[in-house]
Amino acid sequence: MSEPISALAGKNAEGFARVSEAGLQGMITLRGNLASAALAAAVKAATGCALPGNRGIHTKAGKAAAWMSPDELLLLVPYGEAEATAAALEAALAGEHALAANVSDARALFRVSGAKADQVAMKLCPVDFARLPQGEIRRTRAAQVAAALWRSAPDEISLVCFRSVAGYVFDLLAISARTGSELAPA
Amino acid sequence: MSTRLATGGRLIDRSKPLSFTFDGRSLGGFAGDTLAAALLANDQMLIGRSFKYHRPRGILASGVEEPNALVGLGQGPRFEPDQRTTTTELFAGAATVSQNAWPNLDLDIGALNNLAYRFLPAGFYYKTFMFPRFAWKHLFEPVVRLSAGIGRVPKDRDADRYEQAYDFTDVLVVGGGVAGLAAALAAAKGGQRVLVLEQTAHWGGRAPVDGIAINGMPADAWVAETVASLAALPNVTLRRRTMAAGVYDHGYVVAQEAVADHLPGADLPRHRLWRIRAGRIIAATGAIERPLAFAGNDIPGVMLASAARDYVVNWAVSPGDRTVIVTNNDDAYRTALALHDAGLVVPAILDARAKAAGELPALARARGIRVLEGRGIARVKGGKRVKAVEVCAQAGEGAVLETIACDCVAMSGGFSPVVHLYSQPGGKLVWDAANGMFTPDPARAPTGADGKPFVTCAGAASGALQAADALADAHAAGGGEAAQAPRAEAAAEAPMQPVWMMPQGAPAKLRFKMWLDFQNDVKVSDVQLAAREGYESVEHTKRYTTLGMASDQGKMSNINGLAILSDALGQPIPATGTTTFRPPYAPISFGAIAAEARGEIFQPLRRTPMHDWHAAAGAHWEPVGLWRRPYCYPRGGESHSQAVNREVTNTRQNLGLLDASTLGKILVKGPDAGRFLDMLYTGVMSSLPVGKCRYGLMCSENGFLIDDGVVVRLADDAWLCHTTSGGADRIHAHMEDWLQCEWWDWQVYTANLTEQFAQVAVVGPNARKLLERLGGIDVSKEALPFMAFTEGTLAGIPARIFRISFSGELSYEVAIPASHGLAFWKACLAAGADLGLMPYGTEALHVMRAEKGFIMIGDETDGTVIPQDLGLGWAISKKMPDYLGKRAQERSHMTNPERWKLVGLETLDGSVLPDGVLAPAPGANPNGQRATQGRVTSTYFSPTLGCGIAMGLVRRGPERIGEVLEFVAAGKSIPARICDQVFYDKSGEKQNV
Amino acid sequence: MLTLTCPCCGVAAEETELAPGGEAHLKRFGPGASDEDFEGYLFARKNPKGVHFERWRHAMGCGKWFLAARCTATLEVFGTYKAQSPEPPPEIIAAIKARRPDWKGYS
Repeated sequence: MSEPISALAGKNAEGFARVSEAGLQGMITLRGNLASAALAAAVKAATGCALPGNRGIHTKAGKAAAWMSPDELLLLVPYGEAEATAAALEAALAGEHALAANVSDARALFRVSGAKADQVAMKLCPVDFARLPQGEIRRTRAAQVAAALWRSAPDEISLVCFRSVAGYVFDLLAISARTGSELAPA
Repeated sequence: MSTRLATGGRLIDRSKPLSFTFDGRSLGGFAGDTLAAALLANDQMLIGRSFKYHRPRGILASGVEEPNALVGLGQGPRFEPDQRTTTTELFAGAATVSQNAWPNLDLDIGALNNLAYRFLPAGFYYKTFMFPRFAWKHLFEPVVRLSAGIGRVPKDRDADRYEQAYDFTDVLVVGGGVAGLAAALAAAKGGQRVLVLEQTAHWGGRAPVDGIAINGMPADAWVAETVASLAALPNVTLRRRTMAAGVYDHGYVVAQEAVADHLPGADLPRHRLWRIRAGRIIAATGAIERPLAFAGNDIPGVMLASAARDYVVNWAVSPGDRTVIVTNNDDAYRTALALHDAGLVVPAILDARAKAAGELPALARARGIRVLEGRGIARVKGGKRVKAVEVCAQAGEGAVLETIACDCVAMSGGFSPVVHLYSQPGGKLVWDAANGMFTPDPARAPTGADGKPFVTCAGAASGALQAADALADAHAAGGGEAAQAPRAEAAAEAPMQPVWMMPQGAPAKLRFKMWLDFQNDVKVSDVQLAAREGYESVEHTKRYTTLGMASDQGKMSNINGLAILSDALGQPIPATGTTTFRPPYAPISFGAIAAEARGEIFQPLRRTPMHDWHAAAGAHWEPVGLWRRPYCYPRGGESHSQAVNREVTNTRQNLGLLDASTLGKILVKGPDAGRFLDMLYTGVMSSLPVGKCRYGLMCSENGFLIDDGVVVRLADDAWLCHTTSGGADRIHAHMEDWLQCEWWDWQVYTANLTEQFAQVAVVGPNARKLLERLGGIDVSKEALPFMAFTEGTLAGIPARIFRISFSGELSYEVAIPASHGLAFWKACLAAGADLGLMPYGTEALHVMRAEKGFIMIGDETDGTVIPQDLGLGWAISKKMPDYLGKRAQERSHMTNPERWKLVGLETLDGSVLPDGVLAPAPGANPNGQRATQGRVTSTYFSPTLGCGIAMGLVRRGPERIGEVLEFVAAGKSIPARICDQVFYDKSGEKQNV
Repeated sequence: MLTLTCPCCGVAAEETELAPGGEAHLKRFGPGASDEDFEGYLFARKNPKGVHFERWRHAMGCGKWFLAARCTATLEVFGTYKAQSPEPPPEIIAAIKARRPDWKGYS
């Protein structure tokens, strides 16, 4: 089998913050009844994470479970495990109304890192970053396209967008991070 | 003349000289100068010519309200017209040019208009060019265009970059004068997030110039101390050079930060547009001084009294050797004192009030300055520069009592609070008769999402013109307790006396030369004329006379104009009211509005996983939604049409490869998914067997066709719905709308998997051979018949294969994970080289589908077409009791046999019909236009048939097969015969092998 | 530019994150409905100056539809609530009445 390639094959740019496409990331869309015990158990089995609450994201050992809407989660697993994990979720939830789909290839993942990472995102997203705590995932737009972002480390924002616009989002982030354009008060 | 003083200047750094040019002349200034200050320091009072009469115009103000002193700034790709010299910070090498003057500023041909002022009154263009109508287009407009507008449009692409940023705050304080700082300090003590914006590069506003003391220290010291304490607070952000341009709904504020205007060529964004959401806005925007209306008040050398003071104190620039002050209030006496103390001569203060007995007049008198009470200016003498003023009694009609030689006149008609940001979102004003100004009405403040007021004016902006009142007011607006308010000490001011015209009984010949709006050349006589001609509404008068339009937005001209209009109408000013204040407060750049959205990232460009391969193969692109798809792949010296013909012929004879990744792919799953799809599509999808494909049509509730595509039954409870390219998001949203808002108790989940898969159409007689070579899945006729699907591993890549055809050929659409899309594409090319494999683009796809008579959403449909119009009755279930659009399709208009329906069209000579052309019918339609009976919806040259083929919608079309219609294109008639729309392989045997 | 709080995810979203969907609480009429009922459903839309009920989708967000009660004249938002509401719920009615005592009520 050919080697899978991510949207931008790990492209990166340096400015007052570092912008990089994070390469292949396993992602599963899981829709179902978030109040169901079976679903919570399946999520735990798949990611090791407890079910996140509204807009929450739980991370454990390189995997994560993120709340996307009242009936939808985004699960992050290693790329190579996504297909099997999606199948395992489907099997575990066979008895109830649920949908698990591997969407790893439908998305691109970016990391914006550095002490001023917030300032890059502030130029693109109508989000109050001062009030976005670690552990929360925010779905919004980055300039003209949909995006979801969260604090994946103290000085790092992770941002997911659709694969087809990865080039657009990379250019947005890179230009927003250009040295000299910090939002520092004058 | 105006010149630089030997000492002083609180904002300039004399150790940093800067050189710049004006109309090619090299001049010098200092760091900290504004362009206006530097020009004045070089005795350049004449800056430009006025809009309508080309009158010489100089510097009137010292800030954002300046109407006259606009210049073209910069060169080449950094040239920009209409830059306000009073707010532009001087930088080294600044190249400025005067505007609206030809051949040059001193000798301007357009000034002939000035001699004809009696013939260019308000409404001149409106009245003159109404009739005859043809003359406007052919005679008047070309001439008027030549003289219209101020400044020159830049010719080059802007070399600078721009950006935007979002910010959120509990309290936004607009204005970094002492009121703004006091309000910010009070608000910050409550712990709320406070953002303070100051439009200039300096904190403190007017107070340091006015010599105010605060809490026992000079204003400058208090400002420095307060800014330092604010900067030290973690909940406070201070931004200079940031102008709040507009306040909108729900606390939304747009502000422009001039990041690098003063640092051109630095690798920085030039402007940054802040999009701020504020819980509460404190507009500490100060007040703007009003001009007085006397004859010749626009002659260079006449300026606002506060501005004259600013130039002396801030930049050590003397606006003139001899400055006559003319005023109706005490504040202007501060200018007399400042000028006198700088060693300049103030020959007289003309005070329109009968008595000038306050503290400030006493200080002036103590310095030996002549104070003339009850006096005004009858006329200013001079052309390109003030030479003298003729003094008259304010109460009289302008008889000259005395002529005083001078080269500068500093005038003050009182102050108008800057209420723009309060008024823009709907705040209402009240008239303060004593001070002759509109102030915010706290009872009718603009309200936000919670219905509560969200903009408060503070300090002078709320009408508190005296420093002590302003500070107390601002401190309270910030939520501070009265006892802790900063205390200001300033000379007490006696009441002003509104003066709207000087002298009050001025005859017509003086009123013809009294300017109200300097920028738009509107005079007292114009507003009076408008009133006489019946323009009683202030909004109508504004448009008729152009008073307060353009960048003025009422800053200078508003109140004086209203007062004159009210007087002419014989009603009090509040009855006249004020015009609407609209954003932006001061101009913002188009660059900042566009920000990053230019060049490559003007719009999101959607790329398939094979995009780069297409680009390397020399694809000619076609935009499809936001996607870019290869239109064709020209080889050698091929034209696009040659490439398309080759691609069609090769696909029909050998093998073609199409990147179909853009097709929408929506997974629909759940116990009620079949029932749901039966509602969504006009045909039955619940009965589709697992492993099979079915073509489906989707309609809106209006009955109109909105999308089509192949539906695949993946499993008992799961369907995959293909949508048109670019339609996936819209159709997914459409599905979710019905699921969430109408049938919310149905158990259905959808997932838009469009981008998870790359999709490749393998098309042509050799298609099966290619897939067999790739290996891994049985694609024989028996194992995978037409309209079936299978999945497995193809070429070592997990794949789904749909045996469907949009070309009429043997065809497979292969879906592979996007991360393998490019690898699969290359594998096909490698394996198919000797099978005649060539990639083809969207145009070949279109030609082939048209040859087969297949419709294309957006070509055959336009939002008014129902499936029944397109001969698609076979895809509409008669048995289903309901589907979206069914009821609408039963409406009488939809079942009318006169509807235009789809047919094929072939020209008699084999030529290609132009796209979109109409076939006229006898008679006229209800609008009196020529009636029509048909329209071409798709038209191509068919390389397969060697002639033009077309489809079109024709009135009762299918009943008229064989009839010849005349289509009209560019006046030429093209006969075309109505025929069956399937031009190629009518029996469908080629796709079914 | 409006801000509306999505009742499904709790985000106070600005208008650019939302997609408007017209009047709320329409009753669907399908096959078998009279011409008058169908016309009313498809075309007759309220356009009040004052209290209005609207559909919005948190399109650049959780993707859910929700409903908003809003004053079209002052842009005051009385509340947002679930799209799965055949008519405005009591707490929304109460919030409107508190702010607009002479409002005639939902009809």
